[in-house]
Amino acid sequence: MTVAPRAGQPTPATPTTAGDGGRFVFRARVFDADDLRRAHTRIAHEIVERNHGAADLVLVGLYTRGLAIARRLADAIERFEGVTVPVGALDVAFYRDDIGLRAVQPLGPTEVPVDVTGRTVVLVDDVLYTGRTVRAALDALTELGRPRAVQLAVLVDRGHRELPIRADFVGKNLPTKLSEDVRVRLTEVDAPGDGDGIDLWGPVDDPTQSDSGPDSGPDGGPGGGT
Amino acid sequence: MKHLLSIADLDRADIEHLLDLSERFREVTQREIPKVPALRGKVVVSLFYEDSTRTRISFETAAKRLSCDVMAFTVSSSSVKKGESLRDTVQTIEAMGIDAVVVRHGAAGAPHRIASWIDASIVNAGDGCHEHPTQALLDLLTLRRHRGNDLEGLRVAIVGDVVHSRVARSNVLGLTALGAHVTLVAPPTLLPVSLEGWPVAVSHDLDDVLADTDVVYLLRLQRERQREALFPSLREYTARWGLTTERAARLRKDTLVMHPGPMNRGIEIAADVAEGPASIIVEQVTNGVAVRMAVLYALLGSGTGAELAA
Repeated sequence: MTVAPRAGQPTPATPTTAGDGGRFVFRARVFDADDLRRAHTRIAHEIVERNHGAADLVLVGLYTRGLAIARRLADAIERFEGVTVPVGALDVAFYRDDIGLRAVQPLGPTEVPVDVTGRTVVLVDDVLYTGRTVRAALDALTELGRPRAVQLAVLVDRGHRELPIRADFVGKNLPTKLSEDVRVRLTEVDAPGDGDGIDLWGPVDDPTQSDSGPDSGPDGGPGGGT
Repeated sequence: MKHLLSIADLDRADIEHLLDLSERFREVTQREIPKVPALRGKVVVSLFYEDSTRTRISFETAAKRLSCDVMAFTVSSSSVKKGESLRDTVQTIEAMGIDAVVVRHGAAGAPHRIASWIDASIVNAGDGCHEHPTQALLDLLTLRRHRGNDLEGLRVAIVGDVVHSRVARSNVLGLTALGAHVTLVAPPTLLPVSLEGWPVAVSHDLDDVLADTDVVYLLRLQRERQREALFPSLREYTARWGLTTERAARLRKDTLVMHPGPMNRGIEIAADVAEGPASIIVEQVTNGVAVRMAVLYALLGSGTGAELAA
């Protein structure tokens, strides 16, 4: 099955292999593996802090990288809090608003191991962009039950929202251009040899690229949306 | 993919894509709310010129679970009774603004003709003795769920009224596309005159084949399509070609028994065999809804095959 890349869902790639027909070139390393690990740890702490503990939490990851990130967050919470937080997987394809405009394909089975009704659900994804994936996720989640609250955790908020949606927990606020692409590499999902990281890619023929590089290094402080 | 008219139009990748998609919809159909908004606002018409229970209900359920609006066209209470032609009928329906027509017709090729007349997507739900593509897809899905996704080398015996069977035709194409080996088992009078070009083996002796088969697929004896005596008597048919209790007892433990329905219990299959542990007939029906959701979604929503790569 061939799956077209989703907007805001970077295709797996490394600085040396583009995999997109050469339209994009590597611009900057946003996070290396250590930065990514620290961001995971910080977000995990923030989730527990905001919710006054980890009881009644469910982490629900959006396919494909959101699920991997949700599992990492659950592992981190288990380490420092001693609580096992259930992890679910959510496929939002059939709830998207661009079905018919492009080849929207499901990426995996929706599996949430507990009843979400009455619990606090933290939706987890890799990159927050237009907000349309999250909008679809809210609809998909509502079909499963009535959570007490829904929060959103993302590794990167790259801006350019088209809907009134913001994240509660952010690894890195990264100003981008529409023409650029943010690519998250996770060893569970992407080529394990490339390691963890986040890269900014840009179009091949953009003359203004030299002064549009992003800040590098982790955001550090508590995350906020746009 | 604009229409689903024949399994012959699909290559292996198309079939596997539709089966993978069906697995996703199987999961949807098992939810507490087994419905997604994927095809909101799309209108699907079911146009059945022949009787049907499972196919029609299955398609209509599939369309509703995708949030389509469904219009059921019943020939017996329509202007067809006043002599309206097939072409006028479908053009009238299309004028009301529809996206897909699910059509069953007694004449082979009717869905192809309709596809040339109107712009909507056409799904063949059985045309005469020609094809029944969604039946083949749901059978493949059912087999994959029992035997794993790789059906390469699986030995399938399709038994009975092959000559009148659109199910047999579609299944031969689908099974062989995925690498399975098909043996047709029937008296010579119930086989097509020429099997040239069919990628199948042929046997006239069911007992010969049974010991060496992974799947026994029984076809309904279609007495409504038989205009002459093709075998001496029903009793003799059952004795030689039916999966009786005695024959079923000689099957290997892991052999699966399938039937597209509706069954003539006691003729091509004994009642206790149909309910027995080897039978996966009920699962075939369950999987039918998921497969038809996948087909409608591929036609009206996402595209498939080459369109996906584009």
